[in-house]
Amino acid sequence: MATRHDESSVYEQMQASPDFQELRRRYRSWAFPVTIAFLVWYLLYVILSGFARDFMGTKVFGNINVALIFGILQFVSTFLIAWGYSRHAARKLDPLSDKLRADIEGGTHE
Amino acid sequence: MSEQALGIVLFLLFVAATLGITFWASRHTKSAADFYAGGRSFSPVQNGLAIGGDYMSAASFLGIAGIIALYGYDGFLYSIGFLVAWLVALLLVAELMRNSGKYTMADVLAFRMSPRPVRTAAGVSTIVVSIFYLLAQMVGAGALVGLLFGITSDEGKAGTIVVVGVLMIIYVVVGGMKGTTWVQIVKAVLLMGGAALVTIMVLAHFGFNLSEVLGTAAAQSDKGGAFLEPGLRYGTEAAGLVGKLDLISLGLALVLGTAGLPHILIRFYTVPTAKDARKSVIWGIGIIGVFYLLTLVLGFGAAALVGSKAISAQNAAGNTAAPQLAEKVGQIIFGDVGGTILLAIIAAVAFATILAVVAGLTLASSSSFAHDLYAHVFKRGTATDQQEVRVARIAAFAIGAVSIVLGIFAQSLNVAFLVALAFAVAASGNLPAIIYSLFWKRFNTTGAVSAIYGGLGSALFLVIFSPVVSSKKTSLFPTADFHWFPLDNPGLVSIPIGFLAGYIGTVLSKEYNAAKYAEIEVRSLTGAGAEKAVTH
Repeated sequence: MATRHDESSVYEQMQASPDFQELRRRYRSWAFPVTIAFLVWYLLYVILSGFARDFMGTKVFGNINVALIFGILQFVSTFLIAWGYSRHAARKLDPLSDKLRADIEGGTHE
Repeated sequence: MSEQALGIVLFLLFVAATLGITFWASRHTKSAADFYAGGRSFSPVQNGLAIGGDYMSAASFLGIAGIIALYGYDGFLYSIGFLVAWLVALLLVAELMRNSGKYTMADVLAFRMSPRPVRTAAGVSTIVVSIFYLLAQMVGAGALVGLLFGITSDEGKAGTIVVVGVLMIIYVVVGGMKGTTWVQIVKAVLLMGGAALVTIMVLAHFGFNLSEVLGTAAAQSDKGGAFLEPGLRYGTEAAGLVGKLDLISLGLALVLGTAGLPHILIRFYTVPTAKDARKSVIWGIGIIGVFYLLTLVLGFGAAALVGSKAISAQNAAGNTAAPQLAEKVGQIIFGDVGGTILLAIIAAVAFATILAVVAGLTLASSSSFAHDLYAHVFKRGTATDQQEVRVARIAAFAIGAVSIVLGIFAQSLNVAFLVALAFAVAASGNLPAIIYSLFWKRFNTTGAVSAIYGGLGSALFLVIFSPVVSSKKTSLFPTADFHWFPLDNPGLVSIPIGFLAGYIGTVLSKEYNAAKYAEIEVRSLTGAGAEKAVTH
């Protein structure tokens, strides 16, 4: 932890530190775009369900149509994003946040 | 033995087992952290199952299977919204909330704000959302259990509501979060097991050919290919553009509501660390996702094997489709005795499902009453842990009693819309406040209060003047007509109002606390200073 000469708290110093800025960037640069992407992907599905019924009703094989496949793909994308986030968090976020937590908690017990 | 008697025996076994667990849990519930957060000592798998238990309500099990059985594809739209919603919780809310909060949603919202107005708003919103949801489940329980166990008189249904209410009060008052979580876990395992069993039997009957199930369902429905496409239930062509906007409104409320439901949010506090909260949500997503795939087969299986006429003859909303399917497929594969046993199992599972969900809702609302309104608003933070827990127990008792009375009173009313309304309120009021609190530096007290009251108020206001309350045969008051808002679900309008109110409220006030924002940002991302698990 940086030395404390000014009035700012340990949290403000941490917030300004390059390591924390890097943690924040790694978290937000993954979570925010992916959130927008899955919301757009989901809304596309809902809007097509309302406004493109002929397309959704197109049979692909047997009685399986586009609507069903699109729906199943929403499940697949949800599972993939959950898996991808847990991988990203374990590799890129956890090591850095563990280190910063140790820094702060070590610092406050001085 | 009749299926009613067998069903009641199985249900009593569930009650005996869960009450045993509850009294065991009460011996390990000493502190406030035990009562509110189960000592924060559940494992990710346990909490993942409990998330599934809290979330897979009778509305999603029986309701979705019923919509699919009667209207085909459209029930699937519901499942998808309910599932995708968990990504909002996983990516934006669960870990940050676990790191920066203590017992309730308001802990995070009030973190850097003036505590009393924000806690009051969050407490009001928590209690309103939970009671709506609770009421829908209680009324559903009366009707459903009556049907499954052959109780048809109004007194009998009222008796069922009383039994459900008394049991949920015992789970919460005696077992706190620890007992309630175990009830959720047991219920989730039973529900998954029951749904998987019936699904496998249905698929086996059709030679494990899903296309065959769908084809038979479509042929039986006398709607043909349209039964496998969207548009028979939501956003029908007859309802025109308004109907389609309603579909989008419902879709938005479903996907954004989950991460604002108080009884779901407090689940993240029951594990030791934020990492465990993340893992438990991932387990929850897996369990809930598989479950909704099972209900897809159950719904179409019921349409194919039972037929929509036989289903709507039992219950106009299709809520008995899954139990009827269990009986039918049991008969086909194992003969009459098999049908009886399978129906009894699914009926008991359905009852267990209702009980577990109402217990979770009662806990969320009584926790918020005690921790937010009593301890921080009335007592201004001077209440002791023991006082808080005592008030929480009294509140659970009172909320339970009120919901029993309201449930009996509302028995003959159509209150199914309350579930979708709870999601709309959560998405319009709670979610904007949570997202702004965690991510927007400038956010302040006026903004938080405006977001919650703006979202909550506009959702309620619009629903009162919507077709679900008056003007239609299926409305709450079918004979009156004071509606002018065209959509059944207010989300499309009220969610933007909630976000906008939070923004405008914030910029109109000069208040802003940089030091507290630094604290919540650093704490939420690093877990520094997060509440630790209780060790006994």
